[in-house]
Amino acid sequence: MVQVADQHVGQAGGGGARVIDAVDLTKRFGDFEAVKSVNFSVEPGETYGFLGPNGAGKSTTISMLCTLVRPSAGQATVAGYDVVRQRTEVRRQIGLVFQDTTLDDYLTAGENLRFHAELYRVPKTDLDGRLWQVMDMVGLWERRNSIVKTFSGGMKRRLEIARGLLHSPRVLFLDEPTVGLDPQTRSHIWSYINELKRRESITMFLTTHYMDEAEHCDRIAIMDNGEIVVVDTPEALKRSVGRDRVSINTSDDQAAMELLADRFDLEPTVSEGAITFFVAHGEQFVPRLFADPDLTISSVHVARPTLDDVFMAYTGRTIRDAEASGTERMRANPWMRSGARR
Amino acid sequence: MAVTEVIGVRDVGSSVADDLRAVRMIWKRELIRFTRNKVRMITSLAQPVIYLFILGTGLSQLIPGGSKIDYRTFIFPGVLGMTVLFTAIFSALSIVWDREFGFLREMLVAPVRRSALVLGKCLGGATVATFQGAVMLIFCGLVHVPYSATLLLTLVAEMALLAFTLTAFGTVIAARMAQVETFQVVMNFIVLPMFFLSGAVFPLDRLPRWLAVLTKVDPMTYAIDPMRRAVFDHVEIAPKLARTLNPGMTWAGHRLPAGLELAVVAFLGLAMLVAAVVQFSRPE
Repeated sequence: MVQVADQHVGQAGGGGARVIDAVDLTKRFGDFEAVKSVNFSVEPGETYGFLGPNGAGKSTTISMLCTLVRPSAGQATVAGYDVVRQRTEVRRQIGLVFQDTTLDDYLTAGENLRFHAELYRVPKTDLDGRLWQVMDMVGLWERRNSIVKTFSGGMKRRLEIARGLLHSPRVLFLDEPTVGLDPQTRSHIWSYINELKRRESITMFLTTHYMDEAEHCDRIAIMDNGEIVVVDTPEALKRSVGRDRVSINTSDDQAAMELLADRFDLEPTVSEGAITFFVAHGEQFVPRLFADPDLTISSVHVARPTLDDVFMAYTGRTIRDAEASGTERMRANPWMRSGARR
Repeated sequence: MAVTEVIGVRDVGSSVADDLRAVRMIWKRELIRFTRNKVRMITSLAQPVIYLFILGTGLSQLIPGGSKIDYRTFIFPGVLGMTVLFTAIFSALSIVWDREFGFLREMLVAPVRRSALVLGKCLGGATVATFQGAVMLIFCGLVHVPYSATLLLTLVAEMALLAFTLTAFGTVIAARMAQVETFQVVMNFIVLPMFFLSGAVFPLDRLPRWLAVLTKVDPMTYAIDPMRRAVFDHVEIAPKLARTLNPGMTWAGHRLPAGLELAVVAFLGLAMLVAAVVQFSRPE
């Protein structure tokens, strides 16, 4: 098991450099260990993603960081505050966007945000300006007086993102921010999130089981069976898998294949009408190909390993297999269950 | 665009003013949701009207002829209590909807005291229920109750107290309710018995012992009786008949004064409020 995560304990009192610091964070539900002693830390301004199949422990981890679930063991600080002992302080520093909507359908978009401002004590003098800022950013300012019930799923999610930002949190938690949305809406949501990264100096912590979404993160922690398997940048993770896939078309494929085998010590195959082979650094290798006078290349395509390949390399299975295997699915919001008993 | 001026969240301790802000917000939300739901406003008045004019008129035949009192005058305070009961419980149980549709979480993760949330909810539900009860007062004239300012104000104040206690009671129930489907069960096994045992529709003396005991543990009883006393003080009725129709609540054979009865309601309300706060403050 690879552990890239740092072992530093967060400094108490908000002065620490790290925005999130988790040390041996553990959550057990009865006999089931949903999160197994994970260690990780998130730097200010970073977008940090937890990638893994449903049931991997991502949502439970996020719930512990958001003070919704009490850790069974270990500790964590958010913005320098302990998630168990300083819950109120932590809550004031974070914004939350969950899988399931938490908007009031019967209120207007503006009312939902104003109520949020009351709960989070946004100074009244700043409220109108801030309201415009966040609603404009997600493109909902014009719809501020519409009842939320009339909104589409994508609009609701955007409104929730705006609401999560309203009180200027230091960390925005996004739990599966685009789950259940169609691909076009998903890409819209992401353009808003990326815009947000640009405009506000905010740290983002998100969970996802979509590979393409993980690409938006500065760093990814791959989680499986309650453990963090590896942490790194998407690029580094893909590099760690090793080789890129290169496909070329030439004027004489037969000659080219022999030449590739002889001079470059490769094992080319023909796949989907193109000569295909694997090399460590595709984009550095391609100029060498063009430098060879005996090769006439008409087209070239270099493909990096995908995060699917990364997940496969570190866990020995694809994320889809992992989900299909029916890992105990910890429903996203453990407090909901306990809520029934409150 | 550069990093826009980010409004800092002032790191102040949780002050009373901040909690009051949260209380007011929850209260206001309750009112907005109520006023937007016109259907609910109307239908929650339909049932009391049916009781008052259909059941009331029908059962009027049983009152011995010659007496000046109308059965509808008798059940009028009961019907006011019923209006408050149904509206208050419905408001409180909307917490279950909030749980199902997520908004409850928005409130629970906020950096405010749970007590502020619960208090806001109870005040909101109580306001709505009192309003609905007050609307029923327009029927005073039809049931021979005079539109006396003293009487109306007394009734509104008593309804407000009852409304608060019932919303707090409903909140305690809602805290333990996981699904909206349980709603019907609560209506049938808690709300309706509370209504019938409260003396709203029949006098509480000369009841078999088991039933008498049940009426004494029903919190509504302690609100219906003072309301009926207030009404009877303002209508013409022979003292003997008044005693028959409104024997009042007795503990060990002594009739409780109205003030004490209302104090019982207030005490139960506060106890329920505390219980609700405890339920919602419990860690996972």
